[in-house]
Amino acid sequence: MSAENDPAQRVAIGISFGNSYSSIGYTTGEGRAEVIANEDGDRQIPSILSYVEGEELHGGQAKTQFVRNAKNTVAYFRDFLGQEFKSIDATPCHESAHPLEHESTIAFKVRDSAEDKENEVTVSDVTTRHLKRLRNSAAYYLGKEVNAAVVTVPTNFSNAQKEALNKAAKEAGIEVLQFINEPVAAVLAYDARPEAKLADKIVVVADLGGTRSDVAVVASRGGIYSILATLHDYEVTGLKLDQVLIDYFAKEFLKKHKSAGDPREDARGLAKLKLECEAVKKALSIGTSANFSVESLVGGIDYTATINRTRYDLLGNKLFSAFSRLVLHAVEKAQLDPLDITEVILAGGNAHTPKIASTIQNAFPETTTVLAPSTSTTAINPSELSVRGASIQASLIQEFELEDITQSSHPVVTVTPHLSHAVGVLCISGDETNGVFHAIVDAETPLPVRRTAIISTPREGGDVLIKLAEGLRHIKVTKPEAKPKKEKDEDDSDDSDDDESDEEEELREKTWKVNNVLSEAAIKGVKKGGKVEVQINIGVDLGVNAIYREVGGKGGVRGIIAGGKAANGSA
Amino acid sequence: MASASVQINLPLPVLPAGWTAEKDFKPIGSLSHATDRNIEPVGPHFLAHARRKRHKRTFSEDDRIQAQANVKKIEDDDEGEISEPEDPLMLQREAKDWKGQDHYAVLGITRYRWRATEDQIKRAHRRKVLKHHPDKKAAKGGTEDDQFFKCIQKATEVLLDPVKRRQFDSVDEAAEVEPPTKSETKKGNFYKLWGKVFEAEGRFSRQQPVPKLGNEKSSKEEVENFYNFWYSFDSWRTFEYLDEDVPDDNENRDQKRHVERKNQNARRKKKTEDTARLRKLVDDALALDERIKLFRQQENAHKNKRRLEKEAEQKRLAEEAAKAKEEEARLQAEKEAAEKASKADSKKAKEAAKNAAKKNKRVIRGAVKDANYFHGAGDAPASQIDSALNDVDVIIAKLDNEEIAALTAKLSGAKGPDAIKQVYQEEVKQLIGAGKLKEGELKSLS
Repeated sequence: MSAENDPAQRVAIGISFGNSYSSIGYTTGEGRAEVIANEDGDRQIPSILSYVEGEELHGGQAKTQFVRNAKNTVAYFRDFLGQEFKSIDATPCHESAHPLEHESTIAFKVRDSAEDKENEVTVSDVTTRHLKRLRNSAAYYLGKEVNAAVVTVPTNFSNAQKEALNKAAKEAGIEVLQFINEPVAAVLAYDARPEAKLADKIVVVADLGGTRSDVAVVASRGGIYSILATLHDYEVTGLKLDQVLIDYFAKEFLKKHKSAGDPREDARGLAKLKLECEAVKKALSIGTSANFSVESLVGGIDYTATINRTRYDLLGNKLFSAFSRLVLHAVEKAQLDPLDITEVILAGGNAHTPKIASTIQNAFPETTTVLAPSTSTTAINPSELSVRGASIQASLIQEFELEDITQSSHPVVTVTPHLSHAVGVLCISGDETNGVFHAIVDAETPLPVRRTAIISTPREGGDVLIKLAEGLRHIKVTKPEAKPKKEKDEDDSDDSDDDESDEEEELREKTWKVNNVLSEAAIKGVKKGGKVEVQINIGVDLGVNAIYREVGGKGGVRGIIAGGKAANGSA
Repeated sequence: MASASVQINLPLPVLPAGWTAEKDFKPIGSLSHATDRNIEPVGPHFLAHARRKRHKRTFSEDDRIQAQANVKKIEDDDEGEISEPEDPLMLQREAKDWKGQDHYAVLGITRYRWRATEDQIKRAHRRKVLKHHPDKKAAKGGTEDDQFFKCIQKATEVLLDPVKRRQFDSVDEAAEVEPPTKSETKKGNFYKLWGKVFEAEGRFSRQQPVPKLGNEKSSKEEVENFYNFWYSFDSWRTFEYLDEDVPDDNENRDQKRHVERKNQNARRKKKTEDTARLRKLVDDALALDERIKLFRQQENAHKNKRRLEKEAEQKRLAEEAAKAKEEEARLQAEKEAAEKASKADSKKAKEAAKNAAKKNKRVIRGAVKDANYFHGAGDAPASQIDSALNDVDVIIAKLDNEEIAALTAKLSGAKGPDAIKQVYQEEVKQLIGAGKLKEGELKSLS
């Protein structure tokens, strides 16, 4: 590729390369991310390649080959990339081409040419072919040759895997500008919407995929994201949900046709069941009932049935609660409380399932927004989240030199001290001595940071005292009988992202405790109804530079708190 | 991140009495330690963070630098449009004779002319409108003269309509480039002078891009391609712009049709003239083009070279053929002579051998006589003589010339009838041994 290193010639897309499905996206001139449909009209392109008489089928066309041509169909290969044979889990490939050990890597034995001969195709070759097809689809859609991409990977993708993917992409003519983590891409996809506001929040991204589920707790502070905890699960997955439906329909079938064999024991019958059950699962995410219909399921018997959503919800109940446990577990791992979570973003194909969204919504307090199609009308299609994030990132960095990009994502730049406690001011409440802590900068905010707060003054104006303090988040569990408003032992105030939930019977509240007071400052002669502006700059060395002044007033007070050491005030 | 602002509605506490501090600020504690974490290298805010960190800027510095960078960009955009000076005569123009005005000059984009993009025209129009709007003139205390403003509007109307713009461009004399004369071409640089002409003419081509005239290093193919293009030039040039105004009153239809017909004829005539003009122009260029001559010379040289080579080859072949023929004849003659000689030699030898054999035979027969016809003593009877002679004849007949010679030699060595007889007997014995004679066949020598 001639334009390989020339940022001006670059046409960059976002690629979300998943184990089950891949998608490609780009950013329009107006800065909106769009997902590209391939030649078959699919936006979620199955990561499957199938070979029929030397012809290569890809995506949805390859998926249908599970039934007739399973041996020459390669699927679920993403996670094998850059791995050793002994460390892979080959279960998902049970019904397609099996992975084999090949030198130091993994290969599939398929008939990929017209000759009647099986060739060993390494997993990196398969990836290259897959990426080539994705690239062609994007080029065909955009009318331009695509030569660069931002690719999303799971958070636990090792450097070796990234390296292998990078190599495979290069073979396919794609220069990988950057690998970004899937959950962060999802957060970025939401934050890049024009109506999105820049807020400090903690987001849980639950990616419920086909062969694996990944949960990440991400702190978003002024548009900068830090991952606080991640969790990966290979048991609670979409394929397991399919299995539930498979079992159900197989049993129903056996009830009706006692003489016929179990379709699950027939390879072809099982493949047909699988394909149809996935379709049924998708249909149940949209409608309240779905038709199951397979021709010649086993022994030449056609089988048709209907299932409604309630039945499905019952069948999958175990898994749904496992999903929500998984999410809660991740929150716990981040040493947070569900109350701290501002948003839960559901990503991945299974996030369409309404019951999953509602189960998760129930597991979190009402203050937490669950972003899934069934709970929020403004939610982005969960299957497209990571590709949208990747496309946005691609448009942001495509003009940069590759060198610049690698330098910017180097640990020297990315490793940053994060505040361990929130910093805020003490406002007045009933308690004169302590005051109510009000956070200005939240915990887990990367340094350096600059924030401004505008604070009201007593109605009559006059001289005010501004106490800067560190706050500790405290979860207060109150008995249902107790009246929360009368509580005096704790200073109860609300964080900006914490609604009052007093009306609820069961009460868990997020409150602040004052940890230690950092400084005191006075503003004298504030006008009646005037407001005070407080600007804090916290440096990497934990030094705090604070400026206090009356809004619209002149002068003001400046103070510096030296990092780590005891105070020495100066003007 | 820019400054994110938090609104807090709870009031601040009142300053307690007796609180004092130097310059109203009293630091008390310090922040607890921070945790090091990886921030994700994703999103616009991270880019800002990376920029600050890599260039070691503070928030406000970065804001300033970014702001400056943005401002500069806007200035750069404006720089490309230095307005051209306006001819005071042009400002006096009446809007009604818009056909005579140079629309590009009115908008101040004579540098671009037919190359001007739609965007350039729009921006030029805006600039001119801002300057010449009648309201502005009125505000300055001038007259309410909006004639030039109308000229601007008309110019924009023409230039922004693709059809009208082509009509105007077709007759835009200011865009024409006069072809250089023969003497000018001889003096100056052919490629530079004519390149401009063809570039200007190329604007009428329906086929874009138009091939370039090139330079003295252009290949033959390129040059041929260039002239082929110009000899089959497909022009969109029209002459509607020069039409006489068609009276639009409904009273005189005949007059109207007459004018229309006249216009049509004029257009057709002009188009034919233009085609002829272009043809002549290309002819002239072709005639003056050194490359064509060079190519012809090369062609001729090539052809001559081939012809000479061919002739030389033929000559050489003829010579070779003649030489070969001569050689053959010579060989033939030699062979014949040799044959003749050998024939003569063999004849002589044969005769000599015959003679020798005769002589030998005579000797042999004589020897029989000397041996008294193998009859002991006394005169041999006739029968004995007869049989002896017959026997000798038989022996001779059985012997070839060489044996005869050998026998002769032996006989001449033998003296006395007994010795001779002995020689004969030996000879007979030898012959019998060789199977040539049967025992008892020879009576006299038994």
